[in-house]
Amino acid sequence: MKKRITFNLNGKPVAIDAEGERKLIWVLRVDFGLTGTKYGCGESFCGACTVIVNGYAERSCQLNIQNVQDKDVITIEGLLNGDKLHPLQKAFMDNDALQCGYCTPGMILNAFSFLNKHPDPSIQEIKTGMENNLCRCGAHKRIIEAVQSASKEMKGVH
Amino acid sequence: MEKNKNVTEEIIELKDVNKFTRRSFIKLTGGGILLYLTIGNLPLYSQDERRIQHEMPTDFNAYLKIGTDGRVTCYTGKIEMGQGVITSLAQMLADEIDVALENVDMVMGDTDLCPWDMGTFGSMSTHVFGAELRKAGAKARRTLLEIGAEYLKVPEENLEINNGVIFNSKNKNVKVSYAELAKENKIDRETKSETSIKIPSEFNTINRNFKRRDAFEKVTGKAKYSADIQLPDMLYAKILRPPAHNVKLLEVDTSEAQNVDGVQIIKESDIIAVLHKYPDVAESALSKIKTKYDNPEIKLDDKNIFEHLLNVAPEGKVVANDGDIKTGEQNSKFIFDETYYNDYVAHSPMEPHTAVASVENDKVTVWASTQTPFRAKDEVANALDFKPENVRIITPFVGGGFGGKSRNLQVVEAARLSKICGKPVQVAWTRKEEFFYDSFRPAAIVKIRSGISDAGKINLWDYNVYYAGERGSKQFYNIPNHQTVVYSSNLTGVAGTHPFATGPWRAPGANTNTFARESQIDNMAAKAGIDPLEFRLQNLSDNKMIRVLNTAADAFGWKTHNTGSGKGYGLSCAIEVGTYVASMAEVDVDKLTGKVKVNRIVCVQDMGLVINPEGATMQIEGGITMGLGYALSEGLHFKGEEVLDLNYDTYNIPRFSWLPEIKTIILDNKDSEPLGGGEPAIVNIGALIANAIYNAMGIRMFILPMTPERIKEAAKKE
Repeated sequence: MKKRITFNLNGKPVAIDAEGERKLIWVLRVDFGLTGTKYGCGESFCGACTVIVNGYAERSCQLNIQNVQDKDVITIEGLLNGDKLHPLQKAFMDNDALQCGYCTPGMILNAFSFLNKHPDPSIQEIKTGMENNLCRCGAHKRIIEAVQSASKEMKGVH
Repeated sequence: MEKNKNVTEEIIELKDVNKFTRRSFIKLTGGGILLYLTIGNLPLYSQDERRIQHEMPTDFNAYLKIGTDGRVTCYTGKIEMGQGVITSLAQMLADEIDVALENVDMVMGDTDLCPWDMGTFGSMSTHVFGAELRKAGAKARRTLLEIGAEYLKVPEENLEINNGVIFNSKNKNVKVSYAELAKENKIDRETKSETSIKIPSEFNTINRNFKRRDAFEKVTGKAKYSADIQLPDMLYAKILRPPAHNVKLLEVDTSEAQNVDGVQIIKESDIIAVLHKYPDVAESALSKIKTKYDNPEIKLDDKNIFEHLLNVAPEGKVVANDGDIKTGEQNSKFIFDETYYNDYVAHSPMEPHTAVASVENDKVTVWASTQTPFRAKDEVANALDFKPENVRIITPFVGGGFGGKSRNLQVVEAARLSKICGKPVQVAWTRKEEFFYDSFRPAAIVKIRSGISDAGKINLWDYNVYYAGERGSKQFYNIPNHQTVVYSSNLTGVAGTHPFATGPWRAPGANTNTFARESQIDNMAAKAGIDPLEFRLQNLSDNKMIRVLNTAADAFGWKTHNTGSGKGYGLSCAIEVGTYVASMAEVDVDKLTGKVKVNRIVCVQDMGLVINPEGATMQIEGGITMGLGYALSEGLHFKGEEVLDLNYDTYNIPRFSWLPEIKTIILDNKDSEPLGGGEPAIVNIGALIANAIYNAMGIRMFILPMTPERIKEAAKKE
């Protein structure tokens, strides 16, 4: 049964009438046209669909839309502040931390969440924190470097 | 200036694979100066026999447009899938035509705008196409110089060009920009004068680091991939898939799916699909379809596949030989008879195959994740019975390919469904479909009989490779008696060979062949009691290979280590797409669990002139990281024609925790032509890790991937 679900999407209040079990990824991509959130595996194994819910990374392919009621959802599109890149976005660019770019939004948002908990991480902590986000091109080395350089830039401030 | 003569007339006079119409091209490109580039004789670099039989076009492969804003646009059938050619090709063009890199735009993989191209694979984009693009850029520069000379009424020899401005070197106020020339809207001609490309001392943008040009779009989520194309009234299609390949659908009941609100079901003899304006609703409606399939007898699985493959092997073809095998045997003190194997490996790009098709009357436009847009165009034209000129394929960013996006099943599916339902249709495969319909890297077998003298000189090399193909099969050591025989160079295999589709996978053939060759070399070195680096150097006379090996040894700090300590050191070297590559690794092997931890890898490449050193380094790092998968964990499980690995829970690709410390060195060789960059580094990884495992454990692994189970098993046998 459809119900009205309201939440904050990239800082703005939104409402949608939808079946509560619909997965957030499809609502974001199709209903809101926010295609930066990618489908990669559909079963939460790869992290391409990662979004931020109340400050922390969630796999939107597994998240029912009813579970974001009244919550703050941030997608990759919401990380850009006007024309200003988020330090993580800038660090990914500066470190060439991507190739095909398909896993990149999920990587950046997972790193965003990770840095929330670990503002000054070691390389080993970054590896552990990013472990379940998959990249096939092999950009791992530069992603780690990007996350570390962003952490220095951000100094714990998101 | 030859007035009223349009360059596109010359275009259509050429052998026109593409059936370009002058009207459509002019409409699409607008005003400005248009230069067509005759890039001839692109060699066919692939082991696919069908492609080899396919005659290579000798007409142009690229256009350049100089816009009225002075921007240079290159139209090419190549596509960007992460390998970075959107940056490196633009760098080459910018340098030769003398504009700043930021003034070059790339239009890629659009079959209406770009001239025919065979596809993006085989490390050819920089190596082959890029070299030709440079010549074309140089020719364009010369043509612009001639037009500028006429415009300025200054002899050509007095003119210079800097950043898109032609000026009189004796009076710099006498000048005209490319933009101004373009505003004159005189579009024509190609210089008849001889032109030459720049030499290294003249480079402005070549051989310099530039950041990826697609990075901003990709970090902000603005980059469009095929699934991100959303058209008005578009429906998402989910297609009924069988549980295994080659099973027959006996019964199907779509009634329950039909009841889902807003759903449209298409039932053709060979395709049943559920369409809906929401992909998730289409997916759940699809799951309501009830089916019954036949149950064919299961004959093959991932255990008996090698026996089967050897049984059905076609006749071999000798691709290299010298001396005499018998003499080689007589001159060998030790003979080594070994067989090497590798499992099927998935491409598994993070973006599954996707296409959006929009049929309108007798025309269709398809946005597709493909490495072969022009092949897709032909396939769609055939499937829909449309004229090829009415089919347009547009290639947005491709989320990884690795050889797996050369087949275009999803493109044809979307086009067919759009034609039937009369609305735009998106077909985006699930991860499960991606695994099921992958054209896997073929399982392969290599049998080697080799021999050495008492002093460790290799005298015999009898090399037989089944199914992996020819690439990388030819040995480069100094061996007087050798032969290389390739059994089935066709990566797709004839019917009855493989239980599912197979095809090229990043550096097709070379991963298997390098694993076998470099393992065997290591094996012989161990028997001879010679350090594996020393053994290779003793048996090599190719100075380029000696140089990369010595450089790697210095950077790595190579030393002879006794075997069996649990910590191991290995090396491997190869020649791939002209590039020389040597790699060394340090690993830890846990004897109890069979787990391998790769601590560090050094990789040295001589890849000729490097267009973007940072970009090339990224490709090396990517190749190393991706290669750890086929070396350690990636081997497809299957039972009959049912694919058992359908997601990343059971099919393990490399992760952050696997990442070794990686050091890359690219040797300075600016005077050589640019060679392959996307593939060389990956080919060493199998042998590199296998040889390091041998050093750690004293156990030689003959099959890839070297999973903990297989390592434990091999340890037990010792």
